[in-house]
Amino acid sequence: MTPTLGLVPIWTAILGFAVFFYVVLDGFDLGVGMLYRFAPSREDRALVMNSIAPIWDGNETWLVLGSVGLLAAFPVAFAIIIPAVYFPILLMLLALIFRGLAFEFRFRDAEHRTFWDHGFAYGSALATFAQGVILGAFIQGFRVEGRHFVGSSLDCFTPFSLMTGVALMCGYALLGAAWLVMKTDGELQDWARALGRRALIGVALAILVVSIWTPLAHPAIALRWFSWPNIVLLSPTPLVAAGLVGLVWRSFQGAADGAPFLASLGLFVVSYLGIAISLWPTIVPGHFTLDQAAASPSTQAFLLVGTLALLPVILVYTAWSYWVFRGKVTADMGYH
Amino acid sequence: MSLDPVLLSRIQFAWVIGWHILLPAFTIGLASFIAFLEVAHALTKRPVFLTLSQFWLRIFAVSFGMGVVTGIVMPFQFGTNWSRFSDNAGNIISPLLAYEGLTAFFLESTFLGVLLFGRKLVPPFMHAVAAVLVAAGTLSSAFWILATNSFMQTPSGYEVIDGRLFPKDWFAIVFSPSFPYRLAHTVSGFYVTTALVVLGVGAYTLRAGRFAPEGRAMLWLALWFLALFLPVQIVLGDLHGLNTAEYQPAKLAAIEGLWEGGRGVAASIVGLPDQSAQRNWGEISIPRLGSLYLTHSWDGEVKGLEDFPADQRPPVAVVYWAFRVMVGMAALMLLVVAAGFVLMARGRLDQCGWYLKACQFAAALGFVAVIAGWTTTEVGRQPWTVYGLLRTADSTSPSLTGGDVVVSLALYVAVYLVIYPVGLALMLKMVWDGPAPRESVEPAASGQQPFAPLAALPTTPERAP
Repeated sequence: MTPTLGLVPIWTAILGFAVFFYVVLDGFDLGVGMLYRFAPSREDRALVMNSIAPIWDGNETWLVLGSVGLLAAFPVAFAIIIPAVYFPILLMLLALIFRGLAFEFRFRDAEHRTFWDHGFAYGSALATFAQGVILGAFIQGFRVEGRHFVGSSLDCFTPFSLMTGVALMCGYALLGAAWLVMKTDGELQDWARALGRRALIGVALAILVVSIWTPLAHPAIALRWFSWPNIVLLSPTPLVAAGLVGLVWRSFQGAADGAPFLASLGLFVVSYLGIAISLWPTIVPGHFTLDQAAASPSTQAFLLVGTLALLPVILVYTAWSYWVFRGKVTADMGYH
Repeated sequence: MSLDPVLLSRIQFAWVIGWHILLPAFTIGLASFIAFLEVAHALTKRPVFLTLSQFWLRIFAVSFGMGVVTGIVMPFQFGTNWSRFSDNAGNIISPLLAYEGLTAFFLESTFLGVLLFGRKLVPPFMHAVAAVLVAAGTLSSAFWILATNSFMQTPSGYEVIDGRLFPKDWFAIVFSPSFPYRLAHTVSGFYVTTALVVLGVGAYTLRAGRFAPEGRAMLWLALWFLALFLPVQIVLGDLHGLNTAEYQPAKLAAIEGLWEGGRGVAASIVGLPDQSAQRNWGEISIPRLGSLYLTHSWDGEVKGLEDFPADQRPPVAVVYWAFRVMVGMAALMLLVVAAGFVLMARGRLDQCGWYLKACQFAAALGFVAVIAGWTTTEVGRQPWTVYGLLRTADSTSPSLTGGDVVVSLALYVAVYLVIYPVGLALMLKMVWDGPAPRESVEPAASGQQPFAPLAALPTTPERAP
């Protein structure tokens, strides 16, 4: 519980940051993808897609960094978790292929535009659902012997993980709607506001269900939250979450176009922390703690040197590219 | 169930990497070419460079997008299908893969966004800088992924503790014995591949009779580039082979189809290697030549396949023939370039119909050579994932059944057979439309999709003869 300050906590923080960054960044553009089909008109759909066209690719890079970062910092966790979620990973990858290619192919391949439209929308939805299933499977744990997953490739599909799959779809849809409120105006923005509120209802329900279901199903998680003095120390978490739900709801009505996105971000931070509190300090719940799964100190140190040098640079030029494409998305924005 | 998850996982990996590698083989060279065009335009202000850069950027956007989505599949394969490899070698290979992400992917994807969408939003010099940074990203990606692969081929700088690999010397790990040769040979091969595509597209553009200055520029640039790089590439290949002889003698013996080693060995030209009979059927060989080019001495000693236990030999016929296909492609490339220079000397390069048509077909030669070369080196590494240390059969995920992998393989096959033909067709259509300068394009007519980012293409191209 109280690791000495060293490589493992640093890597836990970096990986936690990278995964969260991925969830937020690809979260909003997958969310935009899911909402795409429901946009009022064809012109609106083009705007919706253009709002993420220059940045989706960079956002998805965080997925690579998250997976390779897990392999680098906690190799045995990677070797157990990834085969255990074999089919959700497969579905996610194939879905990401279709939705990624839709950006380019949709405009080029006029004869099959409907196909690529569907590829974009359903690809975004399926990738999100699969990520939610992976999250659920991760929380519920895996059958492990020694250093290997020994269950079946279908173990990961349970009522709980299917529920978290749907929950994440609501979550990304919320982020996507909040992004569109920020990037569009007029009727399209009104539409995004209305959809954002509906997604928020789903998100609030999902948070409630997960908060009741996980302690009931996992005594260790119940103990973490409800034992003395944790119950007092951790009680702000659900209260803040409830407050944020209210804040997001109101922000969709408010005049500040960036507020829904910021408030939704806050809700994601709290939910993410909630999961982290439940599982800390394990990386393969029930089997490996962060310390036990850690890569050799030499591995972690070798990668840390470059990461500390490069990550700030990456963040700076990522921020710069968002600044280049700042403001409302317009119809004439496009290739050159 | 008799479905073998190891064999199926190998087929799946070969399938996803085989298709994926075609894209970096093209985009690494193309990124550098576009950077060259952008910088050349910034310096000379000649419009032909800008027109060509815009033209190739459109093609780059499609191929790079395909490279990204098929590339994301790759690191996950290490987890889904090769988890024991990840557990065993993770302490060593993972930082190399992570450095690829940190140094390459963010750079590429961020500045590609600026390159594609930002010409009006950033100053012209910044646009050229973005092109250079994208190219730098693609090269950095090649550096780290080939460092990873080279460690798996010729491991060094490691120690084995409890049967797993641990790092001892990071410099030796990154710069393993085969790495400098593999990096040089692969990147130069990718550059040649791209140059051949530019050559073929230039030839097509000239034959189509439109955009003659652009077509001539592409043909001329590609031919001169190939004249410089093709010989370099062949020398690098030879050096890489000598390195293989030293560090992976079983692979080299398979390449040569050499069963019985010794001094003054023959060079096998063609034949059909038979793994179980341990000989080559119908072989044509030249005495003593093998020793000459493998050791650069008439009676140098070369190890044969029989010097290795049968369970440590790669599948000989595959390696033997893949290598010969690669060399054959190199010979054809030389022929194309030589013919081009003869025609250039006679001043009829851009009017010679049969030659321009041949150049169109030559656009595929590099890709065939890349796949053949990759097959040579990867199948030649078998039966190991980490050469001499970890067997392929001991690298797969223990939880996988044959049925699991049949399902995933079938889906990968189905999806790739949709996206690759579509992607290729779209890029061919762009070639068909030609390097139309953006400024001359009319606004989209009514009834068309005016909001599409790419709508500025001419919609009714005349067909080429």
